[in-house]
Amino acid sequence: MRPFAYQRATDVPSAVAAGTGQAMYLGGGTNLVDLMRLGVATPEVLVDVTRVPFDTIEETPGGGLLIGAGVRNSDLAAHPLVLRNYPMLAQAVVAGGSGQIRNMATVAGNLLQRTRCSYFQDITKPCNKRVPGSGCPAREGDHRNLAILGHSEACVATHPSDMAVPLAALGAVVNVESSGGPRAIPMPGFHRLPGDAPERDTLLRPGDLVTAVELPALPFAARSRYRKVRDRASFAFAVVSVAAALDVADGVVRDCRIALGGVAHVPWRAERAEAALRGAPATAEEFARAAEAELAQASPLPRNAFKVPLARNVLVRTLLDLTAREDLTAAGDTGETS
Amino acid sequence: MRGPVRSEDNNGPGFPAPVTADIRLSVNGDEHPVTVDTRETLLDTLREHLGLTGAKKGCDHGQCGACTVLVDGRRAKACLTLTVTVDDREITTVEGLARDGVPHPLQAAFVEQDAFQCGYCTPGQLCSAVGMLAEFAAGWPSSVTLGAVSPGAVAPGVEGRPPLCDDEIRERMSGNLCRCGAYPNIVAAIRQVAP
Repeated sequence: MRPFAYQRATDVPSAVAAGTGQAMYLGGGTNLVDLMRLGVATPEVLVDVTRVPFDTIEETPGGGLLIGAGVRNSDLAAHPLVLRNYPMLAQAVVAGGSGQIRNMATVAGNLLQRTRCSYFQDITKPCNKRVPGSGCPAREGDHRNLAILGHSEACVATHPSDMAVPLAALGAVVNVESSGGPRAIPMPGFHRLPGDAPERDTLLRPGDLVTAVELPALPFAARSRYRKVRDRASFAFAVVSVAAALDVADGVVRDCRIALGGVAHVPWRAERAEAALRGAPATAEEFARAAEAELAQASPLPRNAFKVPLARNVLVRTLLDLTAREDLTAAGDTGETS
Repeated sequence: MRGPVRSEDNNGPGFPAPVTADIRLSVNGDEHPVTVDTRETLLDTLREHLGLTGAKKGCDHGQCGACTVLVDGRRAKACLTLTVTVDDREITTVEGLARDGVPHPLQAAFVEQDAFQCGYCTPGQLCSAVGMLAEFAAGWPSSVTLGAVSPGAVAPGVEGRPPLCDDEIRERMSGNLCRCGAYPNIVAAIRQVAP
C-alpha cells in the first residue's frame, strides 16, 4: 500500500478544507481500504470523516427523512421510520454485505463504493475505469455479472450497491458540501453512465464531501419491496435486484417507483416500466408488459444475456408480491432469504 | 517492535516515505501506547505489535470474517480497519471474552457442540456471534426478519417478533466462513446461548 498522511476531521468545514488535491475521504473503509491494499486507490492524504457529527437520521418538515452521510448501514436498516415508511430501503441495506460490513459501512461510502468488476480491481489488467484509455478486457472476458443496460464501448461495469437501488426509486437527493458551497444532486442522476469517461462514477468533483441523503415523503412507499437474486443465499452482490413501490387503488396502478440493481453502471430507474404501469390494471399481464418495455432497451453481452429474462422475471415477481393478498401469499409463496 | 509493513519492500524511486502515528490503543481493557504506520490494519497491529494472535488473517479482504473483533461493542473486520482510526475506541478480541478464567458462554457452547474442526475461523466466529446476539437483542432486523414481513405491514420490533431461528442465525452469521464446514455445529452452539 502506498504511504499516506492521515487527518481526522471533526466537522464538515475541516473535512472539506482537508479534502484537497490527492486526498480521499475515509468512512467505514470496507471498500476503500481494500482498494488501497490492491493498489487501485492511492490517496496521498486520507481524511477520516467518521468523527464528523453527520451520523443522525431526522424527519424533515415535509415528512421525509434526512439521513446523515456517516450513518452506519446497520443503524439505517434498524431505524423505525425507515422500517415503517421505506421498507424497501431497510430490506436493501440488510441484503448487502454482512453484519460486520454493515456495522462499518456508511451511507455515503455505500453510494460511492466502486464496481467489483474483476478487471477494475486487478492492477495488472487494463481497465478504462482505473486507467482511462487502457482498454476493457471485460467485453471479451469475464462479464457474466456486468451490465446489460446503459453500458458503453469503454465500460460495462455495474454499480454494486443494494442501498442505492431503492434510493434511486425514491428519488433521494444527495447533499454535497465543497469549497465552492453546498449542492444538492437528485437521484437518479447522482451516478452517471460510463460513456467515454468511465473513471467518473458520479457527478462529484474532487474535494466534494457528501453530507446527507434526503428522502422525499412518499406515503405509498410504505408498501414497497426489495428483491435480490444472487449466486448464494447471503453475503454476495446482486446478479439482479429490484426495488419497487406500488400505489394501487381499485385494481389500477395509480403510481409506482421501480429501480433495478446489478444491471448497469448506475442504480437503474425503470422509467419505461413506470410509465407503462401508471393507469394500468394491476395484473400479472400488465406487470409483464411493463417489464418488457423496460428491458427492450437491454443490450446484453454474450455471457450475461441470462440477466435480461432474469430481470424481467424478478421485476414481475416483485410487483406480484406487492399486490398479493396476504391470505394467498402465506400458502403459495415460499419467499426467499434475500 | 517492527510492524508488518516493511517500507523497504516498496522503496522504489519516487515511492513516498512511510507515515507513522503515536497512538494509544485500548484492547480488552488494557491501554497500549503504539507507534503505527498509517497503512497498518488493526488486525496486523493486534497480531504483530500486541501479540494478540486470536484474531486471524484469512482472506485479508473482508470476505471471510476470521479477523472479526468488537469495536465499541460492535463486530467489525479488523483487516479493513486502519489502526490509526480506532485509537479512541474500545477493542475486544477473542482473548477478552473470558472473565476471570471462565470461558464466555459462547466459548463453552462451541466446546460442547464441537463447533469447529481446525479452529482457524473460531475466534472470528465467537466475536461475531457475541456481536450478533447483541444486535438481535437490540431489535436489529435481518434479511430473514424482513423477508417474513408482508408488503404494507411494519416489521415487528423486539416485542412480537419470532425468536432467533436457525435461518436467522445463518443469515446473521454469513460474514463468517468456515472452510471445514462446521456450520451445523456452529449454528447449534449459537442457538444454545441465544435467548
